[in-house]
Amino acid sequence: MRAQPSDAVAPEAPSPPVTQLVIGSLALVLVGGILMAAQFPDPPLTAPVLLLMGSAVLFAGCMVLLTRQPVFAWGVLAQVGRWALLAYVVIAGMIEYSFIHNHATGTPLLVLTLMLVMFSLDVALSIGYSVARFAEPAQR
Amino acid sequence: MATVTADGIASAPTGASRRAIQVVPLRGLPIVAVIVLGLIVSIAANWRWALMFYHVAGGGLWTGIDLFVGFVIGPILGRLSIPARAEFSAKFMPMMVLIMPTLVVMTLAAGFQLAVVIGNLDPTSVNHGWLVASFVVVGVMATIALGVLEPANVAVLFEMNKPRPDGRVIARLMRRFVYSAGITGAMQVATLLIMTRVATQ
Repeated sequence: MRAQPSDAVAPEAPSPPVTQLVIGSLALVLVGGILMAAQFPDPPLTAPVLLLMGSAVLFAGCMVLLTRQPVFAWGVLAQVGRWALLAYVVIAGMIEYSFIHNHATGTPLLVLTLMLVMFSLDVALSIGYSVARFAEPAQR
Repeated sequence: MATVTADGIASAPTGASRRAIQVVPLRGLPIVAVIVLGLIVSIAANWRWALMFYHVAGGGLWTGIDLFVGFVIGPILGRLSIPARAEFSAKFMPMMVLIMPTLVVMTLAAGFQLAVVIGNLDPTSVNHGWLVASFVVVGVMATIALGVLEPANVAVLFEMNKPRPDGRVIARLMRRFVYSAGITGAMQVATLLIMTRVATQ
């Protein structure tokens, strides 16, 4: 039988809105980072902290949605997410280093560090989930 | 060789004709390490020429690749058959996994340090508003790149490494990759406008 190449695109399989939530979480933490960087070395703290908390809530929501999945390739998520986390911890480390080099200290540095942790977790989950959602359940 | 699935849609090559894809090209990691090390030294020493080099070279390549992928490679890829797309992606995507994050780190870390050294980050600087505008543009691009583009890139590679890759999943993910590359490419034009303005004020 001759192959008939097709442009057909698979319909989106029903899945929880993890991608949307993790993008929201990432966006909040990036807005917080922009606010802090724009006012460096005297950044505002209230808005970034609120954004960080919002980001953490959305991330937690993602994890809750995932744990409610009857079948999910957790092993694939962990495997891919771990390596993605390692890569983005290096990137976050570079950003942290830039701020420390420019004398960021105290509460602003703590908030920035937590934002970078959130950023790394968001990206790792985003990449890990994108792979795991298409993985075979047998790969759990 | 392409195979046909139950619903008649061609899937990516399978079996002996297909070699396992290395998601992260390990041979490229030492090059990335040297680049990142050079960046750390440049920031530590506040070496203005090196910071400028990292920022301009990284930013130029980032912009160029985004525009090229979004507006040249993307439309071509969209007109190829799925097996041809899979073949191209198997060679192209692993390189993007290494190249793009490296360019982004080069551009942003050197750019931030350069802004501090030159004084553009100072709220009284005439360039401060433009710089904040560039942060916003980069923030939007980062959200798209890290939330959509990069995950699609990695997911395509994992799909192609399966014993029987699903051509429809690859097509969907590639479409997502190319569209998001096009959006970030278009936003790079805004970055070019802002950066040329900052450099000439």
